[in-house]
Amino acid sequence: MKAAKGAVFKYGDNVDTDVIIPARYLNSSDPAELATHCMEDIDKDFINKVKKGDIIVATKNFGCGSSREHAPLAIKAAGVSCVIAETFARIFYRNAINIGLPIVECPAAAAAIEAGDEVEVDFDSGVITDVTKGTTYQGQAFPEFMQRIIAAEGLVNYINQK
Amino acid sequence: MGMTMTQKILAAHAGLDKVEAGQLIEADLDLVLGNDITSPVAIHEMEKMKVDGVFDKNKIALVPDHFVPNKDIKSAEHCKCVREFAKKNEITNYFEVGQMGIEHALLPEQGLTVAGDVIIGADSHTCTYGALGAFSTGVGSTDMAAGMATGKAWFKVPSAIRFNLTGKPSEWVSGKDVILHIIGMIGVDGALYKSMEFTGDGIANLSMDDRFTIANMAIEAGGKNGIFPVDELAASYMKEHSTRTYKVYEADADAVYDEEYTIDLGMLRPTVAFPHLPENTKTIDEIIEEIKIDQVVIGSCTNGRLNDLRIAAKVLKGRHVAEGMRCIVIPATQKIYLQAMEEGLLKTFIEAGAIVSTPTCGPCLGGYMGILAEGERCVSTTNRNFVGRMGHVNSEIYLASPAVAAASAVTGKISCPCQLP
Repeated sequence: MKAAKGAVFKYGDNVDTDVIIPARYLNSSDPAELATHCMEDIDKDFINKVKKGDIIVATKNFGCGSSREHAPLAIKAAGVSCVIAETFARIFYRNAINIGLPIVECPAAAAAIEAGDEVEVDFDSGVITDVTKGTTYQGQAFPEFMQRIIAAEGLVNYINQK
Repeated sequence: MGMTMTQKILAAHAGLDKVEAGQLIEADLDLVLGNDITSPVAIHEMEKMKVDGVFDKNKIALVPDHFVPNKDIKSAEHCKCVREFAKKNEITNYFEVGQMGIEHALLPEQGLTVAGDVIIGADSHTCTYGALGAFSTGVGSTDMAAGMATGKAWFKVPSAIRFNLTGKPSEWVSGKDVILHIIGMIGVDGALYKSMEFTGDGIANLSMDDRFTIANMAIEAGGKNGIFPVDELAASYMKEHSTRTYKVYEADADAVYDEEYTIDLGMLRPTVAFPHLPENTKTIDEIIEEIKIDQVVIGSCTNGRLNDLRIAAKVLKGRHVAEGMRCIVIPATQKIYLQAMEEGLLKTFIEAGAIVSTPTCGPCLGGYMGILAEGERCVSTTNRNFVGRMGHVNSEIYLASPAVAAASAVTGKISCPCQLP
């Protein structure tokens, strides 16, 4: 499976789906349109600065709150290649896997990696490399069942392949 | 090692004698739910699936409630998409404006959710139906699409935290105070990936509306679901509202819990969650400073039920909202609206200077019907006080019970009914 490589945007605990994509924009379900408001209420500069392949790193309970799949859709459409966190809220976790947005749980990486660091993530091994700092971390590997959904690039393709 | 109540329901729906925490299973679904925000995404995803149609037109509920009645053209297009899908697939439980209500108040009232069910909904507060002894949990739109197409969903079997409730709540303490107390105690990720199983003789002192409120906010502690045992009150609620056969599951005596807490309901005080997380709780006695507010919202899937409105009306009867205060009351369903009218509650609200809206999620998620400007503060009976949730990124939401919300509307600052003259 492919790897991710990019610069890091760093956030703290409990980044909720209301700040990832505020509900005032949920009258649209177009990922490209949603992406233009991604992280708007927590980081106004995010959408101007993010480049294709960049990585979001946050601490605990990333994606808490509303079940809106618009949140991972907006992050993915903004060009983010992977989200690393200490823990994810469970609905966000499901949604990210189901739409094919790579996510990795790794408390050590989430704590140490800083904004702007260049980071690589190998999805096969779960190894996270902070190229800037020259450090590596072992992220939690997905159960085989979830790996199959990720390999199919989402639940829809997975069901179609069954 | 025995199973928790949740694990027993999941095992039965996966065709297994036994499951354990961490196990991945595929379970049969009794109901798949979506609203006007999540369903269009699900419908779009389902169209990509190689399926002829939905798995069972009677086991899907589509409830446009968030931006309904349509707040703008884009919302109207979303609702049209859901309406056309419902018509094409002959969905039995599609609720048009006029029949609709806030989904998590509506579905139990319509008898669509009963004990023993496995329910997924593309809305995080789907956990509400645990009050009736069902396993119900929020998912995203793609899970909803897969659920509508196949009638199945995958789950990681959760471990559980047990909350042993004892005693009787004192006056002006309700289910909202119980769940805010718990979230304040364990934090917004205190039950992450886990079941919150409520037990104990104190449950008998909680109305069904209180239990719905408690189960509703399990997600605000990160929980996968919240669940109550089925007692006489829950059974009579289901008999009154549903023709479906329900099944009672009980946790094994030797079920294992990650943590156990005992909460004496008699010791709880009216509780308020301060901005910007539901875990930032203070009891009314701990609020020393005067917190002036601009708006009060009484409603939502958390606290828009009849008992909630009765309590608010009891506080507002013969009183008037403070000068400059906007007090917005939103009955959660048409039935509740009608009952509130017949009981004279609406008259009380209007005479007190509040407004009464048709059912909608509206202001709870900053959709419409009560958006906050920069620097404004709201006491709200809703479920989230995140940054920007109800409007401007620099506005503030204080989560509270209907009693505290109504009293605060009268004084213009955060107050308890016991503090009113």
